[in-house]
Amino acid sequence: MANIISRGFRGRRQNAEIAQRLPPGQYLTERFPVLSAGPTPHTPLAAWDFSIVASDGRSKQWSWDAFQALPRETITTDIHCVTRWSKFDTVWEGVSLDTLLDGFVEDGQFIMAFCDGGYTTNLPLADVTGGKAWIADTYDGQPLDPEHGGPARLLVPHLYFWKSAKWVRGLRLLTRDEPGFWENYGYHMYGDPWREQRYRGN
Amino acid sequence: MAGTALPGQLKWWTGDVTRIVRETATASSLILNVPGWLGHRAGQHVDVRLAAEDGYQAVRSYSIASAPADDQLMLTIERLDDGEVSPYLVDGVRPGDPLELLGPIGGYFVWETVMASPLLLIAGGSGVVPLRAMARQRARTNSEVPVRFLYSARTADALIYRAELDALAASDRRFDLTYTLTRSQLPDWSGYARRVDAEMLREVAWAPEDDPSIYLCGPTTFVEVVADHLVALGHDPASIRIERFGPTGM
Repeated sequence: MANIISRGFRGRRQNAEIAQRLPPGQYLTERFPVLSAGPTPHTPLAAWDFSIVASDGRSKQWSWDAFQALPRETITTDIHCVTRWSKFDTVWEGVSLDTLLDGFVEDGQFIMAFCDGGYTTNLPLADVTGGKAWIADTYDGQPLDPEHGGPARLLVPHLYFWKSAKWVRGLRLLTRDEPGFWENYGYHMYGDPWREQRYRGN
Repeated sequence: MAGTALPGQLKWWTGDVTRIVRETATASSLILNVPGWLGHRAGQHVDVRLAAEDGYQAVRSYSIASAPADDQLMLTIERLDDGEVSPYLVDGVRPGDPLELLGPIGGYFVWETVMASPLLLIAGGSGVVPLRAMARQRARTNSEVPVRFLYSARTADALIYRAELDALAASDRRFDLTYTLTRSQLPDWSGYARRVDAEMLREVAWAPEDDPSIYLCGPTTFVEVVADHLVALGHDPASIRIERFGPTGM
């Protein structure tokens, strides 16, 4: 549609370097906004575990201590929320999903992440393997705050941040794509910020 | 969880600002005529796009303040001092200006007249905006669902829609309205005068056994505290729908 000029609006332009790092329709924030649809769960670490459940029923599970013993990586990455804020150079620590999914990877599969509080989100398996996704349990060198998804959240920074499910407790492997929580409410099934896939139909 | 997909009308619309209502020192309502608009559900929001002459654009989300049954769309915008878009919408827009909107957006933080549970609406600051849409829709559709509405603001002057909410409460015995002011109160103030706490919720909110639908909207710090109290009081976390707003991050 022809753009309408907002009379007298100047806006707050970013320098070229920042603008280039911002996906379309995003703005840069220094803060770390919190978004979630329900109350923040507070699961004690003694009751926490993480599961991979294959489509054929096989499964694997880690207690918090077992999860802590897995090889860890530090990730520095830009993140992009569908509500239009982006934050640069966020620093996380966690376990690569390549480690957790070892022995479970098959072509053409999808995953459904499931979480405390009932939240779910769907992703292609190919988007969470190959060094692209983690289960993160620290942010900025500190244990992940419950508001931000602690004790552990999914981190898939190349997709809109609702895919990086807070309070994640496991991944279910699926043979076909199914909508998760926000995807059921009209948000995009894939959610690539660079293609501005915010809502179904984008 | 059973989802309700957005209807197919999510797209960019052009509205004309027909009227502007100054609500408080920092908040204004824009009343818009949006030709072709196919309606929304109470609680949904729109993305508003501003464009500068050189093509630079900025987009932010704002809750819809009007009820689906209202004739015109209304947005109420709180000016954030360090905001890029809200100062323009509150102080720069004039009647007759066009405004581009994407929407309606959101399918979870939504109240429908068919939902029969008692309603508990809890607002912090300008978090009252989508809850006003719900209260208004309930009145416009003659719903008999009983409501308890708790609205926290810093001062009496910062209460948005106060006259309208007072009138709703005065005319409807099923509409129970409670204010709390957290910063300062005039000597004749008869509402609460502190932040929302467990005791206040015990006094004001439905009991968990009443199985209410709970809508909680406000800044993150506010909704975190209130939601934790509600869960501790025994409310099912799944019954608590939350919308967080405000300057991105607190």
